[in-house]
Amino acid sequence: MRARVTTRKVLFIALLVSLLSSAMVTISTILLRPVQEANRQHYMHLNILKVAGLLQKGVALEAQLQQLETYLVDLNSGEFREVENPETYDLRKASKDPEKSILLSPTQDIAGIKRRAIYAPVYLTRDDNNRVNSIILPIHGYGLWSTLYGFIALQDDTATVIGVRFYEHAETPGLGGEVDSVRWLKQWNGKKIFDSRWQPKIQLVKGGVDHDDPGAIYQVDALSGATLTNRGIENLLKFWLGDDGFGPFLARVRSSGDRL
Amino acid sequence: MLKPVFNSNPITIQVLGICSALAVTTSLKATLIMCMAVIVVLALSNTTVSIIRHHIPTSIRIIVQMTIIASLVIVVDQFIKAYAFEMSKVLSVFVGLIVTNCIIMARAETFAMHNPPGLSFLDGIGHGIGYSVVLIIVAAIRELSGSGRLLGYTLMPSVFEGGWYYPNSMMALAPSAFFIIGLLIWAQHTWKCHQMKKK
Repeated sequence: MRARVTTRKVLFIALLVSLLSSAMVTISTILLRPVQEANRQHYMHLNILKVAGLLQKGVALEAQLQQLETYLVDLNSGEFREVENPETYDLRKASKDPEKSILLSPTQDIAGIKRRAIYAPVYLTRDDNNRVNSIILPIHGYGLWSTLYGFIALQDDTATVIGVRFYEHAETPGLGGEVDSVRWLKQWNGKKIFDSRWQPKIQLVKGGVDHDDPGAIYQVDALSGATLTNRGIENLLKFWLGDDGFGPFLARVRSSGDRL
Repeated sequence: MLKPVFNSNPITIQVLGICSALAVTTSLKATLIMCMAVIVVLALSNTTVSIIRHHIPTSIRIIVQMTIIASLVIVVDQFIKAYAFEMSKVLSVFVGLIVTNCIIMARAETFAMHNPPGLSFLDGIGHGIGYSVVLIIVAAIRELSGSGRLLGYTLMPSVFEGGWYYPNSMMALAPSAFFIIGLLIWAQHTWKCHQMKKK
């Protein structure tokens, strides 16, 4: 049988196993990160197309991305900012960089994101007459466990929703995680997100939307069993469509009409 | 090595690893990835534990096994995120939950601690396959009856797509996996008892 082990040996083995295990985990994470990053990027682009209902099957993603025009928007003024290669702008990095973002006060920060980037990318598509027909905005905010990252696509009136999608989150699978379910995502299409005074207005309704209610156009079904995820989504939409988010930009879209 | 596939199948005889069997068997493709992940983790954790089995102090053996298993699962999870990204979205937390899959812990503790690395490796593969066989059967039944498809290819066109098959949506939910596993256990026990009587 095994010899009696000393405390020193126990500690030594414990330390050795932990060190080797952590080395293994670290090495694999570092080596695989570039591939994962490329996947994430690809998935994000895929979601930009999906949210606007533009994704065609069987066509290379790169070719499909050509139909999007990318601009950087100064969120304070709503004006475009001229830059080379706006596609390469990393919103997530900028949102954390103190020089490229502003600190939100607790009353402003309803989406739970602490800082907001000064510039944010927007994606536009145009019809054959060169009129803007969809506006795709990146949105993010805190749910229950995680920050949800996604997009909202709006029609040129800036009030009618084409689609909402989240491409990254860690909400509870089966509950809040149902934000990915096709059935839930479908109902966003055609909803209005601003009221007549251009205040952001959207509600996730528990127990389902009553379609006879005149307010139903501002409502979607809440996710069952996911109160905090629902609240998070409501708040992040309110934030990003409000004055501290894309509000000024959307106002400019409305006033400039097809000259944008 | 084949023994755990039929005679002592981890799911139907030992009734271990039921949680993941319920959760990931809605589609066959996700199940295949999950099975591969479990086989890899099981084989490697068994081998590693076996190699150092004489050096693991009994007082901390469980935690040492757990550390090894957990790190292997993280590595496998990273690989899936890198090379099967779409699937990693479907499997979400369940790959991470392989850590708590009782089969792996059970094999490390009962087999790998007392046997040489080669045998332990084979034992891991064998139990992995035993787990996979059941999962694949369950997943095939669920995907076919739940959506009329197999591996995403339509075999029985559903009424929503203009076909004749009316999908049984209960099969897409977790309880159906419980029923199927129950029936499998019943079938296997009947079969085994029959054999034993013959002998």
